[in-house]
Amino acid sequence: MTINLLTTQELYVLSGVFLFTIGLWGTWLHAHYVRKIISLNVMGAGVFLILIALAYRGKDLLPDPLPHALVLTGIVVAVSATALALVIIRRLEDERDE
Amino acid sequence: MNVMSLINQWLPLLIVFSSFFIGLVIFFLREESYHLRTFLNLLVAVGKLVLVGFLIWGVYHGQVYEIRWVIAPELELYLHADALSVLFVTLSALLWLVTTIYAIGYLENSPHRSRFFGFFSLCVSATVGLALAGNLLTFVIFYEFLTLATYPLVAHKGREEARKAARLYLAYTLGGGMVLLVGVIWLKSIVGPLTFVQGGILDTLPVDVHDELRWIFLLLIIGLGVKAALVPLHGWLPKAMVAPAPVSALLHAVAVVKAGAFGIVRVVYDMYGVEFAAELGVLLPLGIAAAITIVYGSIMALFQDGLKKRLAFSTVSQVSYIALGASILGPLATIGGIVHLVHQGIMKITLFFAAGNYAETLGIHKVSEMNGVGKRMPLTTLAFTIAALGMIGIPPVAGFISKWYLGLGAMEAGALGWVMPVLIASSLLNAAYFLPILYRAWFVPAAVDWPQEKITSGRYGETRAMLLWPPLITATIALLAGLLAAMPFSPLEWVELIAAREYR
Amino acid sequence: MNETVFFTGVIALPLLGALLATVWTRQARAIGIAATLGMVLCAGGLLLHVQQHGAVLLAIGGWQAGLGITLYADGLAVLMVLMSALVMFAASVYALKYFGSAQKHTAFWPLWLLLATALSALLLAGDLFNIYVTLELLGISAAALAALGGKREGLVSALRYLVVGLLGSMLYLGGIALLYAAYGTLNLQALATQLQAEPAAWAALLLLFSGLMLKMALFPLHFWLPPAHSNAPAPVSAALSALVVKAAFYLLLRFWLDLFPPVLTPWLANALGVLGAVAVLWGSWSALRAERLKLLAAYSSISQLGYLVMFLPLLVVLEGEARNLLLGGMVAFALTHAFAKASLFLSAGILLQHCGHDRIRELGGTTQRLPLTTFGIALAGIALVGLPPSGAFLGKWYLLDGAFSTSQWWWVIVVVVGSLIASAYVFRLLGHAFGHLKAVERPRVSGMQELPALLLALLATFGLGLGAAGIWPLVADRSGVIP
Repeated sequence: MTINLLTTQELYVLSGVFLFTIGLWGTWLHAHYVRKIISLNVMGAGVFLILIALAYRGKDLLPDPLPHALVLTGIVVAVSATALALVIIRRLEDERDE
Repeated sequence: MNVMSLINQWLPLLIVFSSFFIGLVIFFLREESYHLRTFLNLLVAVGKLVLVGFLIWGVYHGQVYEIRWVIAPELELYLHADALSVLFVTLSALLWLVTTIYAIGYLENSPHRSRFFGFFSLCVSATVGLALAGNLLTFVIFYEFLTLATYPLVAHKGREEARKAARLYLAYTLGGGMVLLVGVIWLKSIVGPLTFVQGGILDTLPVDVHDELRWIFLLLIIGLGVKAALVPLHGWLPKAMVAPAPVSALLHAVAVVKAGAFGIVRVVYDMYGVEFAAELGVLLPLGIAAAITIVYGSIMALFQDGLKKRLAFSTVSQVSYIALGASILGPLATIGGIVHLVHQGIMKITLFFAAGNYAETLGIHKVSEMNGVGKRMPLTTLAFTIAALGMIGIPPVAGFISKWYLGLGAMEAGALGWVMPVLIASSLLNAAYFLPILYRAWFVPAAVDWPQEKITSGRYGETRAMLLWPPLITATIALLAGLLAAMPFSPLEWVELIAAREYR
Repeated sequence: MNETVFFTGVIALPLLGALLATVWTRQARAIGIAATLGMVLCAGGLLLHVQQHGAVLLAIGGWQAGLGITLYADGLAVLMVLMSALVMFAASVYALKYFGSAQKHTAFWPLWLLLATALSALLLAGDLFNIYVTLELLGISAAALAALGGKREGLVSALRYLVVGLLGSMLYLGGIALLYAAYGTLNLQALATQLQAEPAAWAALLLLFSGLMLKMALFPLHFWLPPAHSNAPAPVSAALSALVVKAAFYLLLRFWLDLFPPVLTPWLANALGVLGAVAVLWGSWSALRAERLKLLAAYSSISQLGYLVMFLPLLVVLEGEARNLLLGGMVAFALTHAFAKASLFLSAGILLQHCGHDRIRELGGTTQRLPLTTFGIALAGIALVGLPPSGAFLGKWYLLDGAFSTSQWWWVIVVVVGSLIASAYVFRLLGHAFGHLKAVERPRVSGMQELPALLLALLATFGLGLGAAGIWPLVADRSGVIP
């Protein structure tokens, strides 16, 4: 990181760290699995935010494409994982109803 | 000629693994295929004896037999036939053949015979393997393998008592194996490759590791002492008596306790070197442990009414003569100790065969039930008598030779002060626990009924032929080993050769 | 050119298989066997290639590092790839007869092959982000497979497994974001040369390692493993315990060797080593107390991974030849555990099907009726205890050798006590094979199930115990830094 940090970028990174931390905290704290899954998604959003902020290279330059690619991939992965988790939770709920 | 050189090259491997592979085949034989199983058993037992004959002939003529296989950097499986291993291999192969015959007769009609003979064969592979081991790593591997192969034999009867004894056996031997392994790795981290060389390989090490070498010696002796049943590591042995008689015979005469004793001999003579061990001052503690074991085992034997239990404590005591011999510096004591490796084996196996015959034929398990058994089973009792007299040390049976040389060795080393009392006390105790048995068997009239007469005496003798012949054969050998001790190729002659090389 | 085929083969074959098996459900089994067999052959080819020509780097489609995907195979990686291919193949053969209904097969094979893809891709990945993707793919397919058992208990543990996996991945992702922020690259090669001892590297290490420790169930993050591994269908349990946790360990080792050397301190290594030691003792003790065979096997995995971590403190202090010996021993240990544990889980599945339960106390009669399976269990047990001949014996040998030559005797005590407890749990199991039990009619077991389990056990004992010498040159020639 260079010294001439822009405050917006700093803000984004700090928010990302904040989201990451509360996500981690939430995963730990909540017993219910839906809440755990939500917390994990919050955590993921935090990391994505950090990565997007890192891509910024100043007003005159195009942003670094690599972090963007990473975030896109990460979102896809997170969505599929969430889907699987929800399916399993659904199955469990169904079994309880029966 | 080509075939001969090929056999020569692979001879140690053939000797070790012939029974291993046959053992694996036997596992998968159906329970009913009695004849095929018997054929395979005898084939490989006789075959192995023939191979050992080749080996003796070759080693005697200076042929070098060795096989190496690198299993990892700096770790090498190494089979090598030297005079000491030939001695032990011969003992194992010979007694294994006899025990196989005995076991076939003994286990007639009992369940799980394929499993039994399978492990029985593996067990001999392990024994022969550790006899031929040319370095400590190979020795340790076969030593652990022996534990694993004998465990199912101890548990064989499957009753709760047998499984308990087997668990205890395993706890002792695996624990001992672990201690041995730690000692070996420690030693290896100081010395490098641990090849057995007569006279030892450690005397060139700098003085500042001598303390470590003393600790390692302790670990090695503890690890080996479990199998050799040094007091207080002997607890498994009397309990393991629940095993079938042929197993006890094999465990006590050749396989397990001998593996421990043989290991002690290897460590003292071929790893540390007896002179260097004496310089380190580790021999005296070993000698004291052996002496305590000798006396303690004999005293415990006095109080056992169970015949096999009494023999078990007698083993505890007798095997430590080997360690005692190793702990006294001087060629004569060395001879006495190592030759006892053979003599004790032959005599003890005779005793166990006879005890098995009493149990199997008449249901006799206790000394107090043996009144007058000499009239009913004269040949078995004769064999028992010869072996018992040998154990006491009465000439001309083999046991006398061992004790004689141990005594001479003690005198030569100036250790008469503490060795002689041990020898005398143990001989008196031996007499005190064997002579009453002989007296009962020959001179006290029999009770009206035997506890459980399973085999009636018939045309073929006092019991089944396959049970009767093995003790007679081994008793004869025990007698001959004493009578013909001065002849070439007698155990004594061979051991003198070993001792002469140790003290150059 | 050949190596490109092998490289692609180990990843593309199972991926293609997964797609085909999804579409062509009737032939799913044949596709599964063909794909995993192909993996074994390609992995073998790759191993031979690396043995002769050294490590290989492949940029897929010619796109260079940065934007493209790079694959990297050194001795360590190819050994792990071959290991996972062999286990997957053996478990595939086993699975042919394991699942009764066609429906189960339809669900199983695509996920199974996806798991195989993820494993190969993870082991060969050349940059941190690809590792993240494969790690997620691995976690998701593993959790889905674990849920295949279908019972409530199985679903709950699969869900927990998934969540733990996701949490681990998120921590990992946080770590690589930090590394990217500090060094502007995620390529392992590039990072290895740039990384310095500074706060960013420290924090990244902390995040990466805690994510991986969670995924490899290192004490005290092991809580999820026993239920997840013991409730899954047998071939899945085998893959989870033998390979999936090991993949996380492999990453840890790889980062340890290639990425973080400037940051590593003996203090950190010792802290990890202590966790490993506790895992060894606690895992074996729990295995001894376990009432069900599959639980026993799962707890034993915790302790076996503990041993692997215990190598790390010695790895940082030893140098040169001694370090190479230790590293090879560690790899031999890891391979042995994979084969032995897979075999044990497969055998446990056989017993479970044969008598409807896996309560250790009541298994006696079964073990007597299934001599091949019992033999396999015994061999796997020998490997788990670390008795000779087995690769674990060699591993423990070098571990103890290293501990003695650096005068760290406390590791010796842990290994001794751990091994003794291990022999207690193995022989508690085997002791039941000798009881007298009445014969009961039971369903027959196919040789197609017994044989893979036995062969894996033979590989763990005699195979690696006597024929492992080739491992050391493969692992030793790694310079420590990726070319």
